[in-house]
Amino acid sequence: MSISALPASVDDTLDMLSGGQYVADRSLSTALYLSLSLNRPLFLEGEAGVGKTEIAKVLSKQLGRRLLRLQCYEGLDVSSAVYEWNYARQMVEIRLAEAQHDRPRESLESNLFSERFLVKRPILQALEDTGEGPAILLIDELDRTDEPFEAFLLEVLSDFQVTIPELGTVRAKEPPIVIITSNRTREIHDAIKRRCFYYWVDYPDAERELEILGVKAPQVGENLSRQIVAFVQKLRNMDLFKQPGVAETIDWAHALTQLNHLALDPQTVNDTLGTLLKYQDDIARIQGSEASRLLEEVKSELNGAN
Amino acid sequence: MPDKNAPAPNLILGEADGGRLADNIMHFGRVLRRAGLPVGPGKILDAINAVTTVGVTSREDFYWALHAVFVNRRDQREVFDQAFHVFWRNPNLLEKMLSVLLPSFKGDEVTQQESTLSRRVAEAMAQEQSKEGEGSESAEQEEELELDATLTFSGREVLNNKDFEKMTTQELAEARDSIKRLLLPLGKVKTRRFERHSTGPKLDMHATMRASVRRGGDMILMRRKRPRQIPPPLVILCDISGSMDRYARMLLHFMHALTNDRDRVHTFLFGTRLTNITRYLRYKDPDDAIDRVTEAVEDWSGGTRIGQTLHDFNKNWSRRVLGQGAVVLLITDGLDRDGAAGLSDEMARLHRSCRRLIWLNPLLRYDQYSPKSLGARAMMRHVDEFRPIHNLESLSQLADALKHDHGMSRQDMARWKEMAA
Repeated sequence: MSISALPASVDDTLDMLSGGQYVADRSLSTALYLSLSLNRPLFLEGEAGVGKTEIAKVLSKQLGRRLLRLQCYEGLDVSSAVYEWNYARQMVEIRLAEAQHDRPRESLESNLFSERFLVKRPILQALEDTGEGPAILLIDELDRTDEPFEAFLLEVLSDFQVTIPELGTVRAKEPPIVIITSNRTREIHDAIKRRCFYYWVDYPDAERELEILGVKAPQVGENLSRQIVAFVQKLRNMDLFKQPGVAETIDWAHALTQLNHLALDPQTVNDTLGTLLKYQDDIARIQGSEASRLLEEVKSELNGAN
Repeated sequence: MPDKNAPAPNLILGEADGGRLADNIMHFGRVLRRAGLPVGPGKILDAINAVTTVGVTSREDFYWALHAVFVNRRDQREVFDQAFHVFWRNPNLLEKMLSVLLPSFKGDEVTQQESTLSRRVAEAMAQEQSKEGEGSESAEQEEELELDATLTFSGREVLNNKDFEKMTTQELAEARDSIKRLLLPLGKVKTRRFERHSTGPKLDMHATMRASVRRGGDMILMRRKRPRQIPPPLVILCDISGSMDRYARMLLHFMHALTNDRDRVHTFLFGTRLTNITRYLRYKDPDDAIDRVTEAVEDWSGGTRIGQTLHDFNKNWSRRVLGQGAVVLLITDGLDRDGAAGLSDEMARLHRSCRRLIWLNPLLRYDQYSPKSLGARAMMRHVDEFRPIHNLESLSQLADALKHDHGMSRQDMARWKEMAA
């Protein structure tokens, strides 16, 4: 992997993203460009399945940097996010020290808590200088953690340093590129947001979604793609508990080609609705007559457009 | 004290006013204390010192000197400001002070003239005045709490939904007490985070290693840890429609105290629409907070659309606030303008997404109450507990009940469900 230079303008950023098969709009590119050039984390919020995590992956691929992913969960603590000591090896070391009676005890502590026994987790790895340029640190679904971890992140995000009591402070020579995502299952504290550039990733409009489908599911025919996108856009206008994300649209397209369909018909829609909608209430609402009605609307609109 | 501090050139406290200014400052301090500010004797001494240092040549200096001493939080400014302007109301204050130097306020005048005055300040004034004039009887009477069935807090004031700001300090104190007792019992939940504990179930390797190194590695002393426990998030959904009107004031204070007592409390009001008032309730001073709530909410005492508002809650908020095992307090009388349209489904969803759903219903104060309205029947099927909430007494009953049996008995709940079926 060779390291590419950071994009030099918003247009560059847009090109870089599309080069990585990510169809972005200008607002997102602007936020990303700012965050890259000003060394501030980018905070991406949005519904599940709109492509937040994907941005970090594309960045890693296009810039040729290591991607360090920290998946958040409730109770995530410093020992799984930053570092941990290798206790087994430390035990062995203590036994060895006992066997060699001549070794002074004072050296034991500095020996045991040295880098040799340190297990590095994503955040510490991201701060390390490996000579491959700053890494990309993806802090995924931050809303899943609890407030104490958020508070801990404040130091990391503003100063790009962590403190290990036994070793001292580790500071990044070059700050990593940090992408934080959140599904908003909980509000993130303002103090975190203040340190980041914020961007709300929305559902794409029909045109962009068609573009995404063209990139992500090129095997799907032009006609079917249009129908799929129009149908999904219709669903998003409805009062559903969980609207289908872009990921679901792509899944649906793959599912339909897998089943050898070239166009939508009511039966097919009913059979494959589970790839689009993930709540029983929503499925029950759309299935049957509602699906046929939407499909009729979609078809007449598409025919009208042609 | 003038011998200690160099006296201001324009004022020697003990001489200039015959000692009355110090008295007045003391009385002013007591007024503030009654209005809820933390003013002790030390502060009053500080205030006298401060005024001596600054001097009383200008009203502004005088104001800010007292302000600097008595106010130490942002939300106390409003109370201080009101109290100051009423207490030291005479514009020719200084001349007066230097000549006659009588306390220049009259409690009765105050309550009549300053109709917009916060009830807490007015009450504090009246009390201070009556203590002075020995005629304390009438004031004492007025101040007494009347907790009758309709929950009109004070004999002389008709409870009005626009008048939330006029809760007395006595009421506040009572409400806070009840609420504090209510807080404890909502049992704690285990988190996935650990804390050190001498007999915890898990080995804390980090601490073990450090402890043994401290002893030179000869002995390895086990250190243990256990999951930390915290109270679960609390979500309050409170009905503010016409039929709930007379409870609204107390409930707002109840919610205010809850919001400020612990983390992770989210509060919503609903009538015909849903309003998130969590942020407004974060203001520490209850009067201030409730003012902001009254401003923000547009559907006071209108109709109720429980089904629709719960739908909005489920759709827009439930995923954001009901995570991590939240307990939901649903406060409503179950009277629905929409004839319970869609209510059952929404209640079912709400019930599925929280740890415990507690319905607090003020109508339960009637012995003969039975959940027969369409709304109540739809809701009853999906709640874990059903309890009264119509006065402070029922709040403490609720607290006691929750503390002792950690929930309602199954028979009680089954009986309610049967009635609603």
